[in-house]
Amino acid sequence: MCGLMGICDQSGALMSGENAIKAMAVQRDRGNGLGGGYAGYGIYPEFPDHFCFHMMYHDVKAKEEAEAVFDRYFTVDLAEPMPTRAVKGITDAPLLWRYFLQPDPHKLADSEMTAEDFVVHMVMLVNSSIDGAFVASSGKNMGAFKGVGFPEEIGHYYLLEEYEGHTWVGHNRFPTNTPGWWGGAHPFTLLDWSIVHNGEISSYGINSRYLEQFGYKCTLGTDTEVAAYLFDLMLRRHKLPLELACKALASPLWSEIDRMPEAEQAVMRSLRAVYGPGMLNGPFAIVLGFNGGMVALNDRIKLRPLVAARQGSIMMVASEESAMREVLTAPDEVWAPKAGEPVIARIEGMDWPIHGDLHLSASEVSCAVTGVDACDVETVEVS
Amino acid sequence: MPTSLLQPEFRVDIDYNKCHKCGRCVQQCGWGVYNFNERPIPDDSKCRACHRCVTYCPAHCITIRKNDLALRENANWTAGLRKAVWRQAETGGVMLTGMGNDKPYLNIFDHLVLDACQVTNPSIDPLREPMELRTYLGRKPDSVEVVPDGNGGVRLAEGAGIANNIKLDTPLIFSPMSYGSVSLNVHKSLAMAAERCGILMNTGEGGLHADLYPYQDHVIVQVASGRFGVNPEYLQRGAAIEIKVGQGAKPGIGGHLPGEKINKEVSTTRMIPQGSDAISPAPHHDIYSIEDLRQLIYSLKEASGYKPVGVKIAAVHNVAAIASGIVRAGADYVYLDGFKGGTGAAPQVIRDHIGIPIEIAIAVVDQRLRDEGIRNQASIVAAGSIRSSADMAKALALGADVVAIGSAALMALGCHMCQGCHTGCCSWGLTTQKPELTRRVDPEWGAERLTNLVHAWSHELQEILGALGVNAVESLRGSRERLRAIGLDAQTCEIIGVKPAGM
Repeated sequence: MCGLMGICDQSGALMSGENAIKAMAVQRDRGNGLGGGYAGYGIYPEFPDHFCFHMMYHDVKAKEEAEAVFDRYFTVDLAEPMPTRAVKGITDAPLLWRYFLQPDPHKLADSEMTAEDFVVHMVMLVNSSIDGAFVASSGKNMGAFKGVGFPEEIGHYYLLEEYEGHTWVGHNRFPTNTPGWWGGAHPFTLLDWSIVHNGEISSYGINSRYLEQFGYKCTLGTDTEVAAYLFDLMLRRHKLPLELACKALASPLWSEIDRMPEAEQAVMRSLRAVYGPGMLNGPFAIVLGFNGGMVALNDRIKLRPLVAARQGSIMMVASEESAMREVLTAPDEVWAPKAGEPVIARIEGMDWPIHGDLHLSASEVSCAVTGVDACDVETVEVS
Repeated sequence: MPTSLLQPEFRVDIDYNKCHKCGRCVQQCGWGVYNFNERPIPDDSKCRACHRCVTYCPAHCITIRKNDLALRENANWTAGLRKAVWRQAETGGVMLTGMGNDKPYLNIFDHLVLDACQVTNPSIDPLREPMELRTYLGRKPDSVEVVPDGNGGVRLAEGAGIANNIKLDTPLIFSPMSYGSVSLNVHKSLAMAAERCGILMNTGEGGLHADLYPYQDHVIVQVASGRFGVNPEYLQRGAAIEIKVGQGAKPGIGGHLPGEKINKEVSTTRMIPQGSDAISPAPHHDIYSIEDLRQLIYSLKEASGYKPVGVKIAAVHNVAAIASGIVRAGADYVYLDGFKGGTGAAPQVIRDHIGIPIEIAIAVVDQRLRDEGIRNQASIVAAGSIRSSADMAKALALGADVVAIGSAALMALGCHMCQGCHTGCCSWGLTTQKPELTRRVDPEWGAERLTNLVHAWSHELQEILGALGVNAVESLRGSRERLRAIGLDAQTCEIIGVKPAGM
């Protein structure tokens, strides 16, 4: 069991991180204090075009080494400790810093890479070669705030109520083991994508082997990782429309496909046959956040809770309806999305969640998302 | 000297107190065991323990026992080896046999167990929830390419998708058994059952009899080294075409259907003279290497309007590399036949000592194709002693797309595994062309029994999937994480990619 939430104002209007905290606080029972986290979008309007690195350091040496890398490869326009406050229940926090930076123009030119590729390579470099340093997020105008604790504690610890964003996702974790690692909390991120997940993917075995065929390395053994790579594979590399990617991950039943109009049948039949090994089978609810909005998706027979609500331009999803009632004053509509039918919120005038300028190989994505080389943690998550 | 040192394998005991003296045993036995002189008198030496007489005896007065003659124990020189020497000293010939390898090799399937859900993910009840077994056999593209359809939606891009795949309602098909080695009624039973179950039967190398044309959408037509029955019409009728390179029961050798089995119908279907021996050469004489195979694959595609073309090989030591070559040569599926696979006739030494287990072949081929990033380019069909739905589930979990059954299908039709297929005297009317025997299989009866078997195994597979907490077979396929090994050595575990139980 885990809890999750996502909220997006499709008009692009900003709202306080307090909303995300409140939505997770009422779902406290869905976690066990071993992991909570958030991602907020549109939170750094003063640096909209800078990549923002949220860093976790186990010690000062790791920080110095990472900063040497940043100084060498980037123009760092602001480096500061992550604002936090003391909160009962939050202990053993790593050193938390954030950096607003842009790739050094000469280094970028030398690398012959796009800025996005360059950034992800640097994330990998830091994660894999600097012992005790972990990049929690690296997107533009967004950030991930996560750690070991209940989510409302984590939210208050990071002073989330002082941030304003157009999209927020949150997560409350109930692992059956004790990871004791801040980087292992949700959300997982890649540039400005973030993913939170409740469930257990019973098809993990074949999903991971399928991804390995494309070069991804499923090192953490978490099903969330698998979901992140599948989105990357289908959206970025195979350029599938978001709706179709969702239909591949939580496929309609054959009996439903057989009743579709012929042209749609042909698409869905091929989609299922081709992406069958990637289909996420088993109970799950997922929220994928990005700078253009968010998408929430349930498994194909709805074995995990996911409730959605709309209030004006605001779209919200959560594991429990109470979260919506806590945050939204007068929702126009509250509904339970059907199994496998994605809830999609898009910010007007913003791009699709596809990193058009990203040309990473799969193993690079794997390394960037998990940072496993740096942390060397084996966790098999049952959330 | 006696003409033979061999004693009968079995004892046929008739309880004459119960015997009706009706003579039905005499009539039923295809091996000529019984003489009738006021009562049936058995000749034990001819009995193969096929139980045809036992099954049909109205008085239930026949018992077949092992001939318990004691030979001095010798774990090295088993009774079988001693008898083989006597037999060969007598005949000077190659010992022939039928059905699959009967030696007690380690059976890996029997050392694998499946997972089930508890607490953190719910198991699924297939009686109440959808449980999908549909499978598409054939080459799949790397990705699905779509273009806007002009109405706000999308449609498949030109040439994208899986148009050339064959839909199967369950991941189980019938393996190739030729008309000639089995009777036409067996072929009809298989074809009718394939149609009813939404699966495929396979002609084997004996051509497609005209009586099967109505079922042609459920028939794989085989092209083997003898090219029997192969013509453009044959290729165009099949749902798919299969190039038979090898067979698990007899890797590396050809086939020989004796002239006695080539009656008029078989002769017409195979396009060879009546009464002539049908000899399949060991190799295809136009395939001496992989590039030749590629040419044949594309010739067959051209000739058939681009039907899926599969390649059947026996599982041998280097099977992974061979299968990779086959996929790269353009095959739409690779049919792997393990060393316990059945046959209508094979030299016993070949059947019992050549090839590798299907479990290992599936695992190494699946992994090799994944390592090379071409797993989606071909389906894997696995055969060679798939004995139950459990074997099927484990084969799928190891990486097979579909399994094929031959021996189990024949058993559904009455086969008792007496290993006398090569004699042409099958009392059950299966592996024979004698009209008085072949009429024993009514195709309608046979189709019903085969359909029952396929449905039963499919239901059991659904139960297994439900316990695993997944509701579609593609989530089990290749998911070795759901398997654990008990009592396999570490190296075998590593080769098949399965953790030992407890890990």
